[in-house]
Amino acid sequence: MKKYLGPLSKDNPILVQLLGICSALAVTAQLKPAVVMALSVTVVCAFSNFVISLIRNTIPPRIRIIVQLLIVSFLVIIVDQFLQAFVYDISKMLSVFVGLIITNCIIMGRLEAFALSHAPVPSFFDGIFNGLGYGLVLTVVAICRELLGSGTLWNYPIIPASFYEHGYMNNGLMILPPMALILVGVLIWMRNSKLKQVK
Amino acid sequence: MDFLNRWSKKLGRKFEKGRTLYPFRALYDAIDTFLLTPATVTEGGSHIRDAVDMKRIMITVMIALFPPLLFGLWNIGYQHFLSQGIESTLFQCFWYGFLKWLPMVLVVYVVGLTIEIIFAQKRKHEVAEGFFVTGFIIPMIMPPELPLWILAIATAFSVLFAKEVFGGTGYNFLNPALVARAFVFFAYPSVISGDTVWIAEQADAVSGATALGLLMNGSVDSLPSIAEMCIGTIPGSIGETSKIAIALGACILLFTQVGSWRIMLSVIVGGLAMGSLFNVLGITPAMSIPAYEQLLMGGFLFGAVYMATDPVTATHTQSGKFIYGFLIGALAIVIRVLNKGYPEGMMLSILLMNIFAPLIDYAVIQQNIRRRKRRAARSLSTQNLKQ
Repeated sequence: MKKYLGPLSKDNPILVQLLGICSALAVTAQLKPAVVMALSVTVVCAFSNFVISLIRNTIPPRIRIIVQLLIVSFLVIIVDQFLQAFVYDISKMLSVFVGLIITNCIIMGRLEAFALSHAPVPSFFDGIFNGLGYGLVLTVVAICRELLGSGTLWNYPIIPASFYEHGYMNNGLMILPPMALILVGVLIWMRNSKLKQVK
Repeated sequence: MDFLNRWSKKLGRKFEKGRTLYPFRALYDAIDTFLLTPATVTEGGSHIRDAVDMKRIMITVMIALFPPLLFGLWNIGYQHFLSQGIESTLFQCFWYGFLKWLPMVLVVYVVGLTIEIIFAQKRKHEVAEGFFVTGFIIPMIMPPELPLWILAIATAFSVLFAKEVFGGTGYNFLNPALVARAFVFFAYPSVISGDTVWIAEQADAVSGATALGLLMNGSVDSLPSIAEMCIGTIPGSIGETSKIAIALGACILLFTQVGSWRIMLSVIVGGLAMGSLFNVLGITPAMSIPAYEQLLMGGFLFGAVYMATDPVTATHTQSGKFIYGFLIGALAIVIRVLNKGYPEGMMLSILLMNIFAPLIDYAVIQQNIRRRKRRAARSLSTQNLKQ
């Protein structure tokens, strides 16, 4: 079990392996799309891990990347159609980034590093926890950005109107992608300094 | 003075390792070295004996900042009373501006130095003098009515992410004062752009647009006259309005060789060249403003004299300084004229070129190496011929 929990803290795909940064910057301006994105990645990661692990002994090693891409894109299309059918507004917000899950390094990385050499069920859980580790960072960044940038969370106003009357203003920089990069940097900083204390 | 020294030494013992006040050692160090000259010198080996150290350079820059500061303080009051239609004396104007400026500078120093001291303590090094100049410049490039909490956040942001993250004074690759301004510019655009923020407590009927603001709106005809822009009786932030005061400061920097003449000159040449190019094109009204007038607008000269010459963030090679300065001047005019969303091109162009400064240095050094290799090869081949 401990092996699977790694992605949540010690071996986080974003904070340690620095994978999947692009989408982390792009979809975290608000909490809702960030959570949906995190769930999509988790689902794709888990099931692609599962499927690849099932057929891992029959894939010729020389064309394995193409086979992996094929399966991942198949799953991404399903997720994309699902989002368009049930949460159309968020699907519009995420726009191209759902499609770009295909090229998300976390998924390819897990397929290469784990699914190709492990049984289907452990691979499935590895996918789940890596997706959750990714989602954890996305959620934290999105909470900071939406709260400070728009004064809302999940589109509900959090910061009371009396603050604004006293001169409080939303931080416009939080909405812009550079601030997401800085926030991810701060998280990495916090994590590194904490790990040093553990040692 | 002797009793001061003794008193400081006695106090210093309380900050030694193991004593109760040890956590505040950096604070004591900072104040002690700022007020008194410590007797400790480098031990053994050779070291350069020169009176010029960081403290002296920073104090020279502070002195050079005084002419635009003093004028700017007066101008804040002058613009305020002018917009209200109240008669005012020289001293009234100055005092009004001073009262606007004092809280800003206090907030900047308290916030900035607190962060610096925390980091100095954590990293076990001394607080460097760098922030004294940064903290002095920050209020000079902000609008006079900037809410203080925004100023505090901007200062904290710039000290943390432009400076301490990279290792503190001397390691920052971006100018911290400009990062603070850029932060406000992007995070809270409503308090730093438009035509209502540049005059303190202005009357509603009066337009307080800066020259650049007018340029942005396309109302080129109502620009202030050249004389007004030179003397500086126009709306704007504290430091930028008076070109004469800035020239005075530039003289101090050049005379003491603290500021690089190569950078100042090439920024101005770059601005003039790009301005003239736009004059020739002359498609939009903003393009047809004479190039020399472009130099007098906004923070162009202030940036050229005080910001572009920052020794840490500028290029270090001599010929690199020409390239660096020229591109700053040219880009500032390009951003100003072509992009209506960003009236203050100087800030963005200096920050951009700060990022490119190491690359320029690298290219210049590689070029030098190539040239010398060629020269060596040539002399070698002529020697072979002789033999």
